[in-house]
Amino acid sequence: MIKATHRPKHSSIPLLALLLCGLGILALGTGAVRMSPAEVVQALLGPHDETQARILYELRLPRILVGALCGALFAASGAILQGVVRNPLASPDIVGVAAGAGLAAVVNLMLLPNTPAWLLPVGASAGALAAFGLVYVLARQSGEVLPIRLALIGVAVEASLDGLRRLILVRADDSIAQALIFLSGTVYGADWERLFRVLPFAAVLIPITLLLHRRLDVLSFGDETAKSLGMRLEPARLVALALAAGLAAVAVMGVGILGFVGLIAPHAARLLVGPRFGLLLPASMLLGALLVVAADALGRGLIPPIEIPAGLLTTLVGAPYFLYLMRKTGRVR
Amino acid sequence: MSLSTKELTLGYDERRVIEGLNLALPKGRITALIGPNGCGKSTLLRALARLLKPREGAVLLDGKAIHTLPTKAVARELALLPQMPQAPEGLSVEELVWFGRYPYQSALGNRTAHDRALVDWALDQTGMRIFARRPLETLSGGQRQRAWIAMALAQETPILLLDEPTTYLDLSHQLEVLQLLQRLNREQGKTIVMVLHELNQAARYAHHLVAVYEGRVVAEGAPEAVLSERILRQVFGLKAHFLRDPETGTPHLIPFALARREEILEETL
Repeated sequence: MIKATHRPKHSSIPLLALLLCGLGILALGTGAVRMSPAEVVQALLGPHDETQARILYELRLPRILVGALCGALFAASGAILQGVVRNPLASPDIVGVAAGAGLAAVVNLMLLPNTPAWLLPVGASAGALAAFGLVYVLARQSGEVLPIRLALIGVAVEASLDGLRRLILVRADDSIAQALIFLSGTVYGADWERLFRVLPFAAVLIPITLLLHRRLDVLSFGDETAKSLGMRLEPARLVALALAAGLAAVAVMGVGILGFVGLIAPHAARLLVGPRFGLLLPASMLLGALLVVAADALGRGLIPPIEIPAGLLTTLVGAPYFLYLMRKTGRVR
Repeated sequence: MSLSTKELTLGYDERRVIEGLNLALPKGRITALIGPNGCGKSTLLRALARLLKPREGAVLLDGKAIHTLPTKAVARELALLPQMPQAPEGLSVEELVWFGRYPYQSALGNRTAHDRALVDWALDQTGMRIFARRPLETLSGGQRQRAWIAMALAQETPILLLDEPTTYLDLSHQLEVLQLLQRLNREQGKTIVMVLHELNQAARYAHHLVAVYEGRVVAEGAPEAVLSERILRQVFGLKAHFLRDPETGTPHLIPFALARREEILEETL
């Protein structure tokens, strides 16, 4: 906090971007076949060794890109929600996204055991959006959605849908194990096809989000202040919430339910660049991308050839980091 | 810009809080809304600020019903300082004041030289320039209140509404805020309407008092006229000694006992 006032806040952005590039190169070299950063750069720029090129271009690069992109999407979603709900503990989960996606995935596998590979993530993403719709409709009262009401109803809907999912799983057979892997959040097997499935949505949603940064700022003031600054609160809030749900739903399509990224990345970004969305969004997205790429690289590099799912690592690393942040900043309230 | 109400009825759910109110708030003056807790004065202020939709009647801004005007247009005419304003954590004073320019900025938010000049002016007026880079939560209560007033000033509105601007402040910070408002009224000709609890402060700093009791305006006018023995009993249920403020000549009360309101009310009806 104190540090942030001494140097320009925006200097963090290029720094984070550089860090992400560096980490990306390290991650490209990590896995069952290890390559040094120099070898990676050489393989990318110069004449290709056939095997190395295959590993880099067909296996690792798309996987890293999917991870980075989806981490950024989750982080942007979390940043918006923490602002709109005015609670630093808000995350994509509180609009029902995770439970909606999970339930949809399980139902999908139960009804269509031989479901095509693309349908599972797309269905989950639709489930996430449907769950958000449910939360929003339930939270709306006499034309108004109060942030605290939204948060409480979000938690309740999340719990109900999650309960339903578990109920189904109790009676399900092993074929649904596939769904469980997906639910735990993993970048495993992410290929170019998956990247191109996510990319068009991201290419629309991210610029819209960035364009709306000033509205998001005003929304994160108290309702009375936002209104007296001339904001039409309810339409603006619906747009912001829908954007947040949409961003997270698209991320689910790429990597399943990656825990904690949407909670931690915006939180850490706020400590770096302050609460204004003009800087908060890019910083959150970069940190979200860093977090997922790092988790995935670690998951591949720790005990090869066994891979630890990135979602598990983000939670394992993320939760203690979060505790550390809370203790370190230790501010009043 | 003049602010008035016409047959204004306000309420929450089933409860009616203000009923058929006709009120004109004098332009270029300081008006204080006074009354006991729950009398409807804060509700009235919320409606004046367009935060609450009237059940019946209207709040009129230059003769036009405020609820039919575009939100941003209203935000250029009147600014509100809520009782407990909330800002995102970590926001600096200067960043806060910039948000006062929101009603004037296009979707892309380009900052003009005029915006810059107004933000600087607002920081100077409130003496907040030296704190410009400080995060709000590191300021004292009085400084924070001045920061919010600076944001309202940057909104460049002829009318300023404040809901209990001195609550939770110690006495010197209370005076600091009230003197700032007095100066803004004198030098900038701002119309100021505020809810105040402290009657002596209301008498001293406001030109016009509006006494509200059970959703109706029981008395309005100059402090000398409104703060009578009868009104004090009827509205606040108090008996008081009446003195003159040696500095301003305005009424100064020293309450000494509670009085029963009901009898008096029946008398006057």
